[in-house]
Amino acid sequence: MTSPFDSSAPPAVRCTGLRQAFGDTVAVDGLDLEVRRGEVFGLLGPNGAGKTTTIRSITTLLPAPPGTVTVLGRDVARQKTQVRRLIGYVPQQLSADGTLTGRENVMLFARLFDLPRRSRKEQVESVLEAMDLVEAADRPVKTYSGGMVRRLELAQALVSAPQLLVLDEPTVGLDPVARDGVWDRIARTRAETGMTVLVTTHAMQEADEHCERIALMHRGRVRALGTPEELKGAIGPDTTLDDVFRHHTGDTLDSDKGGIRDVRAARRTAGRLG
Amino acid sequence: MSAPLAAPPAAWVDTEPGPVTLLRTALSRIATMCLVELQKLRHDRTELVTRAVQPALWLIIFGQVFTNIHAIPTGNTPYLDFLAPGILAQSALFIAIFYGIQIIWERDAGVLAKLLVTPTPRVALVAAKAFAAGVRAVAQAVVVLLLSVVLGVSFTANPLKLLGVIVALMLGSAFFCCLSITIAGLVLSRDRLMGIGQAITMPLFFASNALYPVALMPTWLQWVNHINPLSYEVEALRGLLIGTPARMGLCFGVLVVAAAAMITIASSLLPRLTR
Ligand SMILES: Nc1ncnc2c1ncn2[C@@H]1O[C@H](COP(=O)(O)OP(=O)(O)OP(=O)(O)O)[C@@H](O)[C@H]1O
Ligand SMILES: [Mg+2]
Repeated sequence: MTSPFDSSAPPAVRCTGLRQAFGDTVAVDGLDLEVRRGEVFGLLGPNGAGKTTTIRSITTLLPAPPGTVTVLGRDVARQKTQVRRLIGYVPQQLSADGTLTGRENVMLFARLFDLPRRSRKEQVESVLEAMDLVEAADRPVKTYSGGMVRRLELAQALVSAPQLLVLDEPTVGLDPVARDGVWDRIARTRAETGMTVLVTTHAMQEADEHCERIALMHRGRVRALGTPEELKGAIGPDTTLDDVFRHHTGDTLDSDKGGIRDVRAARRTAGRLG
Repeated sequence: MSAPLAAPPAAWVDTEPGPVTLLRTALSRIATMCLVELQKLRHDRTELVTRAVQPALWLIIFGQVFTNIHAIPTGNTPYLDFLAPGILAQSALFIAIFYGIQIIWERDAGVLAKLLVTPTPRVALVAAKAFAAGVRAVAQAVVVLLLSVVLGVSFTANPLKLLGVIVALMLGSAFFCCLSITIAGLVLSRDRLMGIGQAITMPLFFASNALYPVALMPTWLQWVNHINPLSYEVEALRGLLIGTPARMGLCFGVLVVAAAAMITIASSLLPRLTR
């Protein structure tokens, strides 16, 4: 395997002219994006910017033409199974199976990634412990709080030791303590494994604190790219990422484009889990 | 983390799997997903009993009334005996048709997307649902059969025949479960699926030999009956349980082919749900 620091190694993610349309809605419009190995990369943008659609193209859920998306050098269109083996994915909705216990949920993913029988149990315990879920592990997930479900989803995504962790708005709907809890654990796991993290968010403060590089998306394209400092510096002194966001997206914080579907889905899940 | 996580063997990420690997993976995944479905059933046992209420009502009310008025000629077989296997098949049908709604719920909740991003063949996800529908059907069949015995129906005690009953129920459930997932993959929304589900389950039931002998049907209905897998399921169940004449080879042949075809179709439509 190539080292994450080898500069000739292919990037963690590369999108070249990616385009995705749903009927007349062009969700992603010629997107170029490169995520380096080992970094925490933030994909920012207003509702409907195309973040989730991009994520779903990278994770093999949406078909993308050959050559447009690669994950660690593998073509998402042609080498789906290989790509899936490398990815840990946490979708936008809170999505663990409420009727199963936490441990059963994680064990399922350990099995689905063919972890050897010998180390399976150990590895499940290890991620449950890392996510502080050992005590709750035998309770059905429908009794969990939102923050616990998110940590459980992290455990599910991490149990296969992925090289690329993909998180779609991991902290949306969580209280500040739960948010810190999630980011803390992402940071700790990354420090130990050197995995790449690709995360979408609306929360500028969080992006500023936790992402090494940021791409600002608007209407299906990348409008700005760089470290939080670079992005802020380009606008002027004493700016925050919020200012950067406004500068690049106009006044579209309350875009009429999209979003409703996801909001509705999130609410339904919350109802079911709650 | 207490111990560093071990990555799965690296060889697995360097090639797309060949047909043999694919088959082995599919079988292992089907086992895994079936295990999960069993775990869910175990956490959710009351449902097995509450779901048995409806078939029980059919047997007690419909069965008793029609036995008393002798409205449906079933030869030497008492009507209640004739009806009981039909009700078994009916309750299995109603359970199985629900699985399309479940898969849409799993889609809305993000659970399906997460499973589709694991290295798991789609057919394994669908086959596991089919299996789960079968297990529920069999569990419910036990309740319905016990109730029928209380009502005075006499069944075979031959273990081989009872095994045949289980196989017929599993195959029939697999077919209808995957039919439901197929429709879900076509209409993509819960509301439309519920509408279509209701629009087809009752006709499937009435255009079958579950409630009355084929000979009583008008000709056009007999034609529908010939292409309705539910009728073959009922014929096999009835033959096995109460010994009425049945074309066992034909019935099981139809059920196996129908179930296999439907699992294939449903698997190919599954990814549409997360697009
Ligand atoms: N399956 C779909 N069918 C039709 N339109 C879709 C579908 N998925 C996304 N869209 C549309 O594509 C556009 C981009 O949506 P996407 O979900 O990628 O945005 P997002 O940046 O993730 O937004 P949010 O911050 O609200 O999650 C929106 O206009 C949305 O309505
Ligand atoms: Mg989104």
